[in-house]
Amino acid sequence: MTDVVSAPPPAPPGAPPARRPTPQRKRPVGLRSTLATVGLYVASLAAAFAVSALMVALTHGSPSKVFTAMYDGSVKGFGSFGYTLDNATPLIIVAVGAVVSSRAGLFNIGQEGQVTIGAMAGAFVALKVHPAGPVVLVLALLAAAVGGALWAGIAALLRFWRGVEVVISSLLLTFVAFEVLSYALSRTFLLHEHGAGGASLTESDQLSSKVQLPHYGQYPHFNFGTGLLIGLVLAAVVGLVLTRTTLGFRIRMLGLNAVAAKRVGINAARLGTLALLVSGACAGLAGGVMLTGQAYRITPTVSNNVGWNGLLVALVARNNAWVAIAVALGFGALQSGGGFLATTGVPTDLVNVIEALIVLAAVFPPALQELRRRRARTADTAGADAAPGVVGGDA
Amino acid sequence: MSNDVSTVLASAIRLSVPLTFAGVGEYVAERAGTLNISVEAMMLSGAYAGALGTSVSHNAAAGLVWGMAAGLLVGVIHGNFSHRLQANTFVVGLTLNVLALGVTNYLVQKINMTPRQVGIWKVPLLWRIPVVGKPMFAERWPAYFLVAVIPAVWWVMHRSRWGLEMRSVGENPKAADVTGIHVNRRRRQGLMLCGVLAGLGGAYLSVGEVGTFNSNMTAGRGFIVIAAVIFGGWTLRGTIAGCLLFGGVDAMRLALPALGYTINPQLLIASPYVIALLAMCFFAKRLRQPAALAQPFERGAT
Repeated sequence: MTDVVSAPPPAPPGAPPARRPTPQRKRPVGLRSTLATVGLYVASLAAAFAVSALMVALTHGSPSKVFTAMYDGSVKGFGSFGYTLDNATPLIIVAVGAVVSSRAGLFNIGQEGQVTIGAMAGAFVALKVHPAGPVVLVLALLAAAVGGALWAGIAALLRFWRGVEVVISSLLLTFVAFEVLSYALSRTFLLHEHGAGGASLTESDQLSSKVQLPHYGQYPHFNFGTGLLIGLVLAAVVGLVLTRTTLGFRIRMLGLNAVAAKRVGINAARLGTLALLVSGACAGLAGGVMLTGQAYRITPTVSNNVGWNGLLVALVARNNAWVAIAVALGFGALQSGGGFLATTGVPTDLVNVIEALIVLAAVFPPALQELRRRRARTADTAGADAAPGVVGGDA
Repeated sequence: MSNDVSTVLASAIRLSVPLTFAGVGEYVAERAGTLNISVEAMMLSGAYAGALGTSVSHNAAAGLVWGMAAGLLVGVIHGNFSHRLQANTFVVGLTLNVLALGVTNYLVQKINMTPRQVGIWKVPLLWRIPVVGKPMFAERWPAYFLVAVIPAVWWVMHRSRWGLEMRSVGENPKAADVTGIHVNRRRRQGLMLCGVLAGLGGAYLSVGEVGTFNSNMTAGRGFIVIAAVIFGGWTLRGTIAGCLLFGGVDAMRLALPALGYTINPQLLIASPYVIALLAMCFFAKRLRQPAALAQPFERGAT
């Protein structure tokens, strides 16, 4: 797993004496280092919120009111928490997919486009297949997953056929996806709304209630969309597969050391393609869940940054599917809290600022600790090279 | 007809200028080994800061400086996170894009601005050439900076020691490190230069062409810039050609319907990305990316 702090491996018993005197620098281990890590995270997050509060204060807003409103909108009471769950649902699904491809060493950053294509494919099935019913709902979700997988499949094809970096192709394909959707929405025979008297907008018809994901509960009480269950199951399954199965082991091996993976007979093209397809399918499914669970009709901005945010969730969770659930809930809370900002006179865009600062704050502590560890190591070897016992040199 | 050509050409050049400023910067950053996707954030913050700068200082030129400073700030943050702390460059880039969009959208709603626009400067004599004269030689004056920036960047990257070091850390950071080049410092400097130029491109957009700042004004131009560098095969010449081409495509999208031609707008909007992808697919031999592009460097790691 991606533990934040790892103690140096103990010397194997009976190992031959080191060729040169290795300085025995004590590194913080155990409780002290855990506390330091937690402290660093807390300090970074506090700094992120402090900067956000400062920005609000400098623009004549009231930080306390803002944070109260965000608290009210996100976690105060079952009703608000339901919004948080609904916002977190697609993020979980996207993030789980991102974890799979990142673990395989392929950095898919085109989730936004895969969400878009997924939602589009889902809408196509949900609107065109009759009669509407639960079977069509399942078909629509499947179509969404297939759509997302195919879009990621293009990136996989380019990678393993022509050697085009997945990062580049998946990023560029995202913007192509937006235009594909835009095209489909501008054509009546595809997805354009069948408006009364030609006064239709660039959006699709509304989904029949028979192809909508059921929603449990009503606002003031505990409520959530059933898409959440899909997300949780998916996260659990992917987490288990990655950590407890041969397939998962192979995927992680491919990501950690492609050369070693090749030596033991792992087909990088096949496994990599599989990982990319799974990651795209998850993103597409997230689009399908948003469509059938929340939006009920497809608009040009249907993806609503869920792809980008889901990717960030996976990265903040350090590519751990289970941790991603918690991070997604945090992001979902921010977004539902942002919905309550209107009363304070502070623009909702503040949410994006806080979110970005939180990501930077989450990236900072592990990076800093790694840097310190590296500097200590370099200082050790530099000291050993120069004169035993003298520790010096800057990394 | 010649009037139409003139109109489209003028529009194409106007739309290419901000892309080219940012494209030259992105070229520098990518040659040094950073696949910089925060160029969108650099342009957007440059556009906002440019508008804010003119409005605060009542001076259009000061706005350009503000824009460059904002782009530089993004570059410094990105550089320190990804080439000092070794955080994943795409995480940092994506996050900075979200941050820049959030901050500019937030501030534009909270701060009233009265931005100014820079004036048009006509190149004596040349601008009188029929058809091409007016579109090419009667621009908002910051556009002419390109005439200096492009050769300067070419000279620095290909004729100076610093430029050789920049290119070497993008190709083989380990060898560069052994030679005594501070790899991550060079990469940070690449991002800073990219920030300054992309910020200038953004400021050109707001205080040059439009005269005000609109929410999400750059609207993905940063990503078109990335596509242009790829299309150009990581050469300066090709990057500029890509910027001109994609600016031209954008101009067609805006101009052709007005001139009475029907054309599929989605295809035109998507074309830069498709062209860049196709170019990478089919000219993979010629379009060789810097060998260490997007690979972090850390001394002593294998």
